[in-house]
Amino acid sequence: MAAQGIELDPVDESTLVLNMGPQHPSTHGVLRLILELDGETIVGVTPHIGYVHTGIEKEGEYQTYLKAVTITDRLDYVSAHINNLAFVLSVERLLGIEPPPRGKCLRVLLSEIQRMASHLVWLGTHALDIGAMTVFFYAFREREKLLDLTEMLSGVRLMPSWIVPGGLRADVPQGWLERCKAILDDLPRRCDEYEALLDQNPIWCERTQGVGVISGEECIALGVTGPSLRACGVRYDVRKAFPYSGFEDYDFGVPVGEHGDVNDRYRVRMAELRQSREIAKQAVERMPDGPVSVSDPKIVPPPRAELDRSMEAVIHHFKLWTEGFRPPAGEAYVPVESPKGELGFYVVSDGGACPWRMHLRSPSFMNLQALSRMCRGRLIADVVAIVGSLDIVLGEIDR
Amino acid sequence: MSGGQSDGGTAPENEVRALRAKLPSAVLDVTEHLGHTYVSVPKAMIAEALLALRDGEPGYRMLSECLCVDYLDVTSGELLGGRSARFEVVYNLVSLGSEPGLTPATARRLFVKVAVPETDAVVPTVTGVHPGAAFPEREIYDMFGIRFEGHPDLRRLLMSDDWIGHPQRKDYPLGGERVQFPGGTYGPSVGERVVRHPGEGFFGATAGVTEPPTHVSGDR
Repeated sequence: MAAQGIELDPVDESTLVLNMGPQHPSTHGVLRLILELDGETIVGVTPHIGYVHTGIEKEGEYQTYLKAVTITDRLDYVSAHINNLAFVLSVERLLGIEPPPRGKCLRVLLSEIQRMASHLVWLGTHALDIGAMTVFFYAFREREKLLDLTEMLSGVRLMPSWIVPGGLRADVPQGWLERCKAILDDLPRRCDEYEALLDQNPIWCERTQGVGVISGEECIALGVTGPSLRACGVRYDVRKAFPYSGFEDYDFGVPVGEHGDVNDRYRVRMAELRQSREIAKQAVERMPDGPVSVSDPKIVPPPRAELDRSMEAVIHHFKLWTEGFRPPAGEAYVPVESPKGELGFYVVSDGGACPWRMHLRSPSFMNLQALSRMCRGRLIADVVAIVGSLDIVLGEIDR
Repeated sequence: MSGGQSDGGTAPENEVRALRAKLPSAVLDVTEHLGHTYVSVPKAMIAEALLALRDGEPGYRMLSECLCVDYLDVTSGELLGGRSARFEVVYNLVSLGSEPGLTPATARRLFVKVAVPETDAVVPTVTGVHPGAAFPEREIYDMFGIRFEGHPDLRRLLMSDDWIGHPQRKDYPLGGERVQFPGGTYGPSVGERVVRHPGEGFFGATAGVTEPPTHVSGDR
């Protein structure tokens, strides 16, 4: 084919390229998808990412370890406690410390509260994408209660930075555990409500069953983790496989699916919601007394009240917040099970006060690679359901 | 109280021994560090080594991710810890046990490292062994400028296509670009005022700037 004397490649007339996003409500952030279509059937999907890249890994190299915790909140902004925990565990591995039992137990409790809150965001928005609007209001009602717990604790709903190297910033306030227990007791009834809205809903079933199918082998090859992997029947959960923060002492199951479709990913997350509640309940019941942080003033800032009484506390406070602490040179990677999958920070220390390298192993980033495989052969309308079922957060994909 | 206690699984001694038997020249060094095993592999052999580990027993079938670390200390111009190569690409492998059903007790993790000198920043791709390496390798290319030979689609991933430079390199300053003000004047670029060394420079004064250097990132 020649036009104005320029030789062009022959146009492949069988497929049509369609741009979706980056500003599209169903992409849960700023994700751009290039869809290659044969009629209405998807031939290929190419994700374009980086629209909310803010250089968080680079920024981390210029912050002391204590301050770097606050930027981890911004990665997966719907599960901040778990991001904090992943970073802090790697730093603690470098330091060779572990928090006391109460600190560990509270970390487990906060992780599971956060996981439930994250799954509820997913449930509400995913159902909304597919057209079930009511679920959104119900799910966000319960999520708000769970976020209230974080707010009672830290004063903020989303970016608490409450888990810090050595333990937690402070113990939970009075009445917090009772409030927590009341919310947990209420939750199974609420889960039944969500399922009553969806499970027998013919539109929901039609839109999710047999859609976006992927096999466990393919997921493993692509590095997919979390509920998306477990929906294919692969029982990999970091809390079981590489236990951290005392998860080995809790009694809980790892729900798996069998078909690896959108519906199984929904079912696995609903079952996880109930399992998380079980873990959280066990944590509340066995909550040990005692301090929540290690007593090393070179790592954990002194409580505010002590600054009025003790000159030493003032000095430690000043030194910690201006200079930080210096873990020995080395590297550590301690992953956690985030609501999206295996989340971990590869932290390299040169013996200085700031991380030499703070790399995030982001579950959403790896899971997104499965999108093309899941969409192939399906219709355009299914893309929305499939993207939703992956539960990606662009904050942690783009970093 | 060692942090290594909390790790599940067992040390991957047998796999390393099997790898050494299968590809004797592939294992340069094996180190144990804070509960994990790190195997150093020459960069030309990385794909073969990962293939041998994937198909070995127990198979490291999942590449959790790969990442890169730049060890250039810009204050001294030396490489950190007397290393011979500036970059290190780390492959984070997970074995989920031999059956797809997976019992958690058999899950293992192994790190494989390749040293990449600045003058020859090319590594063979492992996308043929682990298709999931496609995104992380593109990210490393984008952020560090290491090319992955044979990668099916080696383009920038997070930065825009016309971006110049590789932001995660240590000699790439943190922060923004020169900003044009009315009247044809320019505000200083961060490159002119950045404190170079992350650990030490953080507390020092910057020449000619009164603002703390960590607050200048122009893109937030």
